[in-house]
Amino acid sequence: MTRIIVVGNGMVGLKFCEKLISRSADFEIIVYGEEPRPAYDRVHLSSFFSGSSAEDLLLTPYSWYESNKIKLLTGELVTSIDRNEKAVQTHSGRKDHYDILVLATGSSAFVPNIEGVERNGVFVYRTIEDLIQIRDYASKIKKAVVIGGGLLGLEAAKAMIDLRLETHVVEFAQRLMPRQVDDDGSAILVNKLQQLGIQVHINKSTSRIEGNGKLEGLTFSNGTSIDADMLVISAGIRPRDELAKNSGLNVHQRGGILVDDFMKTNDENIFAIGEAVCHNNMVYGLVAPGYEMAEVVVRQLVNDHIKPFKGFDMSTKLKLLGVDVGSFGDAFGETPGSIPIALKDNRNGVYKRVNISSDGKFLLGGILVGDAAQYHLFHQMVANKIPLPNQPESLIFGTSSKTDETSGVKNLPDSAQICSCENISKGDLVFQIAQSGVTTLDGLKKNTKACTGCGGCAPMVNDILKITLESLGHKVKKTLCEHFDYSRQELFGIIKVKELRTFNQVLDSHGRGDGCEVCKPAVASLLASIWNEPIMQQPTIQDTNDRYLANIQKGGSYSVVPRIAGGEITPDKLMAIGRIAQKYNLYTKITGGQRIDMFGARVDQLPSIWAELIEEGFESGHAYGKALRTVKSCVGSTWCRFGVQDSVAYAIFIENRYKGLRAPHKIKGAVSGCIRECAEAQSKDFGIIATEKGWNLYVCGNGGARPQHAKLLVNDVDMETCTKLIDRFLMFYIRTADPLTRTATWLNKMEGGLDYLREVIIDDKLGICDLLEKEMKELIEGYHCEWKKVVDDPELQKQFKHFINSDDTDPTLSFVEVREQKLPSNWNEMRDKNK
Amino acid sequence: MEILNQLRTHAAENLCEIKIWFRAAHISDFPENGGACIKYKDLQIAVFNFSRRNEWYACQNLCPHKMQMVLSRGMIGSTDGDPKIACPFHKKTFSLLNGQCLNGEEEKISVFPVKVEDGFIYIGFTK
Repeated sequence: MTRIIVVGNGMVGLKFCEKLISRSADFEIIVYGEEPRPAYDRVHLSSFFSGSSAEDLLLTPYSWYESNKIKLLTGELVTSIDRNEKAVQTHSGRKDHYDILVLATGSSAFVPNIEGVERNGVFVYRTIEDLIQIRDYASKIKKAVVIGGGLLGLEAAKAMIDLRLETHVVEFAQRLMPRQVDDDGSAILVNKLQQLGIQVHINKSTSRIEGNGKLEGLTFSNGTSIDADMLVISAGIRPRDELAKNSGLNVHQRGGILVDDFMKTNDENIFAIGEAVCHNNMVYGLVAPGYEMAEVVVRQLVNDHIKPFKGFDMSTKLKLLGVDVGSFGDAFGETPGSIPIALKDNRNGVYKRVNISSDGKFLLGGILVGDAAQYHLFHQMVANKIPLPNQPESLIFGTSSKTDETSGVKNLPDSAQICSCENISKGDLVFQIAQSGVTTLDGLKKNTKACTGCGGCAPMVNDILKITLESLGHKVKKTLCEHFDYSRQELFGIIKVKELRTFNQVLDSHGRGDGCEVCKPAVASLLASIWNEPIMQQPTIQDTNDRYLANIQKGGSYSVVPRIAGGEITPDKLMAIGRIAQKYNLYTKITGGQRIDMFGARVDQLPSIWAELIEEGFESGHAYGKALRTVKSCVGSTWCRFGVQDSVAYAIFIENRYKGLRAPHKIKGAVSGCIRECAEAQSKDFGIIATEKGWNLYVCGNGGARPQHAKLLVNDVDMETCTKLIDRFLMFYIRTADPLTRTATWLNKMEGGLDYLREVIIDDKLGICDLLEKEMKELIEGYHCEWKKVVDDPELQKQFKHFINSDDTDPTLSFVEVREQKLPSNWNEMRDKNK
Repeated sequence: MEILNQLRTHAAENLCEIKIWFRAAHISDFPENGGACIKYKDLQIAVFNFSRRNEWYACQNLCPHKMQMVLSRGMIGSTDGDPKIACPFHKKTFSLLNGQCLNGEEEKISVFPVKVEDGFIYIGFTK
């Protein structure tokens, strides 16, 4: 058996072991690690400060080494190599023979030679031990300075923010991340960091660390200075090559064990991999090249598909403090003749730069800050020399819509590497899809391991899946989730025809598994839209607001909205709301839908609040449901000198007609009494505007994130016709829309659009109008107030308790007083307090 | 995070570490295919009744995303057959087998063993 000694138990050393044992059992592996614990995830080191423990960061536990028969010795520093005897010796005097030696000694933090660097309060940012020291020291101080504005430095800065310290970053170069982004990209990044509370000082060379015993500040070479309680140095790495050097192995003059393309040192029995290595004048401070080096060595040892290490593309995409940064190919346009095209958007904090070849045919590289969604596509375009479009500027100035992206994927050659973590090409994926018959992203992930590393390639893998399935003649079907192979519209038909009444019946007969947070509320909505039975009969398939018939708010309290149809309310009822809100100490606010929301109720208070509201003549406003919310109105012809019809009366009629109606999403309506449109009816799912001759009906508008004006369906119809058309319109929507789709999106996706909708609900092209009206009539007749169901049924009230084994209320509920009312304690503050 | 560490010190890695089986409530106190919150000392524990599979699971009631005491009010379900809970606030989902966040990078939650005896639910704690 060949005896292999690995010196170094870091990420690359461990990866080497994993790769070797997965290929062969013919090796005896002994690993020496200098640190006290086994290999941990150094890439995510800063998560130590956002809650991960040292154990969480471990890549594998001790037991993994045992069960794979790897002998691991931690806390043992190898101090010398006797190359003639082929043996290593450790600081404790232990001697060990090897046949093959693999040096994965990694790197250490680079500490610049600054006067005062030995003072207390100066740290490097490299190991878990460093982090423990930083954390302990940080508890006593306020202000931290990080030297180094590169990748590692910004990681350290994030850690300082997580430790709730005033944080400053000092960078010697004229920009942040000097190896990845240019000056303009850095400017955007600086802006973003400052918004996060990090002060950035570029172009500053530190000449002295001030203080007396412990540090008190930094002086820069230009004479300026800054106070500091702690200094973290994260200014780069230096390869740990001292062991190799002392053993007569060749090292680079600037550091790094010299290796050939097969990771061999000048001793044929000794390999070196990872950050300790200098290959072709390059030291790689990233983990991916180290993994590739491990692969190169393992293939030689098992003598299978031997390949050389050809250097490594240093393109990177990462999220730093929530800001996306991507840098790929020739990022700085150093290729002769290359032409840069850049977009600098200070408002949105986005910088995009692409460098194209002098003939305008190919993309050479580029930089993305603030929005790196196109990184993978661009990176592929560079790697595979995909011809540029005629107007290459459209790459960054055009909208990066989905269709562009899929066409981009379509043009990739089969050799294009899609998943760089697992080294999977487009051809591999297409082959798998065609051979194995997978139709879902999850299935493809399982078969190929694509997207299982960083996950960054998931959008491209999904596009490839879609395109390949389409090319194979599959119709890509919209199913609810993994538990149902049906679309919402298909399930509507199934539930209705088979007369299914409960989620369990639907799941047993047409689904599989246990259901989930996607299909349960979708089926609950269908059951409510079809049978209109009290949703309280199946509380645990409802979204939380429906389950508790109130809206959950920050802190875990609920808000209560009684129906005030059309926004019309008597003084007595207004006073009743005031009295009840006062009694239960609720925050009150007028909503956008012309009613009153009462916030801050504990879950156990809900039934008694409802009981008092019902006593005063109120009923549920369904503010918690995907259901009809409000029908807003202007004051109309009764009072207004411009009004031409009684909009209030019509709004009240309509709101009461559809109250309790459950739909794929919330529905809002409005009625305006004249063309001035004070009720804003054209921004509603259905909007009615009075004319001299009758009413105009608009449909499929909404406000929200993407506002859309409603479209005119018919004009100058009488009230009866208008109401009938709304009946048909809403029922058709309820029957055919996907889950959580507002009417505007539903219409946008509808083939044939508004014309088709008119054909169905006005011309009755499908012959279903009678059915739609009949179904709506049944729903209207089946109306019940859901609150009353609970108030009348002590059994249902039982679940309105925070604890089932105690009458205590939730002790974490907490409020503050602002503007003479209570508000929930800020949840970010709460979160921080608990840290 | 103090509050999470406090939960972790109560959660057992394996069953032999259990020191206390706390009698939480009667089976009939829990909704079918859903959860409820129980109080043990200063802890809030979410207990879930997977009636369809005749299984019970327990985890911390605190969602680590926004530090809200709400997981017991969430919807239960499964992914590839493994039981999970979705937080009602932002639908972050967590495995009830190991507490891992399944659709994000949230902290792992603590899970607790459950046993059923004579119609009562018992939750296992290390102290």
